[in-house]
Amino acid sequence: MTGIIKMPQTHLSAIALEKAYSKGKLQVPVLRGVEVQIKRGEFVSIVGQSGSGKSTLLHLLGLLDTPDVGEILYDGQRIDDLPAQKRDQLRNRVFGFIFQFYHLLPELNLLENVLTPLMIRHSVWEYWKRRKEFQDLGRDLIHKVGLDHRLTHKPSELSGGEMQRAAIARALVATPEVLLADEPTGNLDNKSGREIMDLLSSLNESRQLTIIMVTHDEALARQAHRTVRLAEGQLQVQREAA
Amino acid sequence: MYKLLLCCRYLRTRYIALASIISVMLGVATMIVVNSVMAGFSTQMRERIHGILADMVLEVNGTDGAPNPEANMEKIRKVAGKYIESMSPVVEIYGMVSFQWRGQYITKPVTLIGIEPESKSRVGVLKDHLKSFQPEMDGGKIVKPAARSLSEAPNWELLESYQRYRRIQVQNQVRWQHQAEPAEQDAEMPQAEAPDKLAQLSLKTFPFHPDAADLTQEANSLPMKDLFEDDVAPKELSIEEREKPLSGRLYVGLGVVSFQYENQKTGKLETEVMAVPGDDIAISTVSAGRPPEVVHFTATIVDTFQSGMSEYDANLVFCNLEYLQEMRGMFNRKTGERSFTSIQIKLKDYNDADKVVSLLRSSSEFPVGLFSVQTWESKQGPLLAAVSVESAILNVLLFLIIAVAGFGILAIFFMIVVEKTRDIGILKALGASSGGVQSIFLGYGLALGIVGSGVGMISGLVFVWNINVIESWLTWLTGHKVFDQRIYYFPTIPTSIEPLMVFWVAFGAMSIAVLASILPARRAARMHPVQCLRYE
Ligand SMILES: Nc1ncnc2c1ncn2[C@@H]1O[C@H](COP(=O)(O)OP(=O)(O)OP(=O)(O)O)[C@@H](O)[C@H]1O
Ligand SMILES: [Mg+2]
Repeated sequence: MTGIIKMPQTHLSAIALEKAYSKGKLQVPVLRGVEVQIKRGEFVSIVGQSGSGKSTLLHLLGLLDTPDVGEILYDGQRIDDLPAQKRDQLRNRVFGFIFQFYHLLPELNLLENVLTPLMIRHSVWEYWKRRKEFQDLGRDLIHKVGLDHRLTHKPSELSGGEMQRAAIARALVATPEVLLADEPTGNLDNKSGREIMDLLSSLNESRQLTIIMVTHDEALARQAHRTVRLAEGQLQVQREAA
Repeated sequence: MYKLLLCCRYLRTRYIALASIISVMLGVATMIVVNSVMAGFSTQMRERIHGILADMVLEVNGTDGAPNPEANMEKIRKVAGKYIESMSPVVEIYGMVSFQWRGQYITKPVTLIGIEPESKSRVGVLKDHLKSFQPEMDGGKIVKPAARSLSEAPNWELLESYQRYRRIQVQNQVRWQHQAEPAEQDAEMPQAEAPDKLAQLSLKTFPFHPDAADLTQEANSLPMKDLFEDDVAPKELSIEEREKPLSGRLYVGLGVVSFQYENQKTGKLETEVMAVPGDDIAISTVSAGRPPEVVHFTATIVDTFQSGMSEYDANLVFCNLEYLQEMRGMFNRKTGERSFTSIQIKLKDYNDADKVVSLLRSSSEFPVGLFSVQTWESKQGPLLAAVSVESAILNVLLFLIIAVAGFGILAIFFMIVVEKTRDIGILKALGASSGGVQSIFLGYGLALGIVGSGVGMISGLVFVWNINVIESWLTWLTGHKVFDQRIYYFPTIPTSIEPLMVFWVAFGAMSIAVLASILPARRAARMHPVQCLRYE
């Protein structure tokens, strides 16, 4: 399909990704040929200066945006040029997103927020039929992130750490295969940050979940299997897997 | 699923949307109220006009009429007999009535219609409009049963109570002529037995005049005088003869012989009747001969007529057909042939009206120049057309109110879409399709439309059902009569709710709400998820 030899263990890979933003007439290249291969069950951290394009890369990998040049392969299949409907489906089923600013829906309570991906996936009728099952799943995850006592609270009534944990529960409810986390601990104090990191590590181990995490914090980055650095629009390996 | 949930949540939490709900609601409610009242007015009006006019008429052009109504009715039967239920010959002519009230002559122009009550009541509504067939009502309760039962055919006989009143009047008159004591009259007059109008006449004081009491007394003591006594009622007639009603008999429109005024003390609308059944009034009209000559005659009022159409009640005087024909020279004494000016026709099914009209018009029996055939609707065409044009324009204007509400929704939705930019990004990041996001806002618009038009529909209907209560509140609140009986001639505001109209109004409001949300919804759908997420 792409002429690249398929590597079975490669879960998600980027080939020669380029992305530029145009500011008026000026083209600002952000990514200039990013190459990366991530194996199934790997925990990769991406570090880099602010504005180096880490979030941009993550958005491209998670199909939130399309690259100008280059390809994104999932299990050896190109996914970045799929029709919108397929991309929506992949976002819903394959990728789980955790954002720096949590991004919960303010009108919904915690449980509903966690269940949003399932609501998006299923029609009203299907969802209604299986609502018991889904709600149990949601409660289970909320229990796992330690928020049982906040089940019916609105996001505005939660602390930053709690919101981030809710966002993690939301990302996991659709049983994704790849978790994309953009500075999940960026707005949290050290202790909450460590808790989130432990949670991610344990998920990575227990579910063989592929995790790609963007962070500023070198210490946190070390908890991942390996670290790559984004600089001048390209990825360099900073630390190989042990 | 998320679409439904978010729609409901937005509906509950975005209070700004209430503004557009309220404007949709008001628009729908006003439209329903206005349409119901206008429909009520026009159906009532049509009913009344139709009742008086019969389904259709064959008119002779010119006031001289054509001879032999029977032969002409036979011709009509021949041409379109299978559609026709009954017919009635009529003489219609302009005239003047003149009568004395409180020592003053009152003269009014009227339309004089010679009818045969029996056949006339078969082609249209007659009994329902005659006072002697109506029970006397007060505040929705029957105070006095009707003097005649509806199963009786209408005739030209004077009711017993009116006959008694007439006798007293004639006796008074005779006494006055013989210079008798006027004082005796009061004692002799059996007030309790006298018809109500008489009681009203003699007991009630005239409210406008400071000397009301004196005036009334004066008026009562004035005897009823034959207006053309020299010609018609020679003095040699015995009292018994004069007590009998004259051979000219009339049903007069209530508006012809009465006026309404507001009682300054009670603020109530009252009707002052100036001539009652049993009284004689003078009629002037023109003869059918060449050259037309003025014809005067005096006739006895037998009944009063009230259709509720002020135009008719203040204009129509029905006379016995034979007498009018004789007076107008439409009766050939040698051959016994009579003439008519029109034939009123009632159809078995009014839907055939146009067919019958064209049958009669194309028939050689009724050449176009001499006869004209019209349905009641075409006869009243301009009035009915005016009413329907009026309601169409009003509907357009009111629908613009809802359209304005639509633009309100548009603006508010754009605001909400901007406010929800980040959430739209989140939903897309979680896998929601553009169509899904679009349908959240379309659904939201539809929900606003449904709630707005639902509440508007209910409040509109409640308003219509209680319109008369509301009217009396408003009257009480403003101290100003909102619905003036004198103008509208209805005791209460007539309304008629047409389910189809209500449906279209509600449906129209809903579609406007949806249409208004299309633009913002498309904008939301086109938003780029990453851009949305960067938006703070
Ligand atoms: N929509 C856009 N239009 C123009 N420039 C953009 C746009 N989005 C991102 N950029 C630019 O692309 C560059 C990379 O942005 P990105 O958000 O990926 O950086 P980042 O590495 O995630 O930074 P941070 O660590 O601060 O989050 C920045 O210089 C930014 O100004
Ligand atoms: Mg970033």
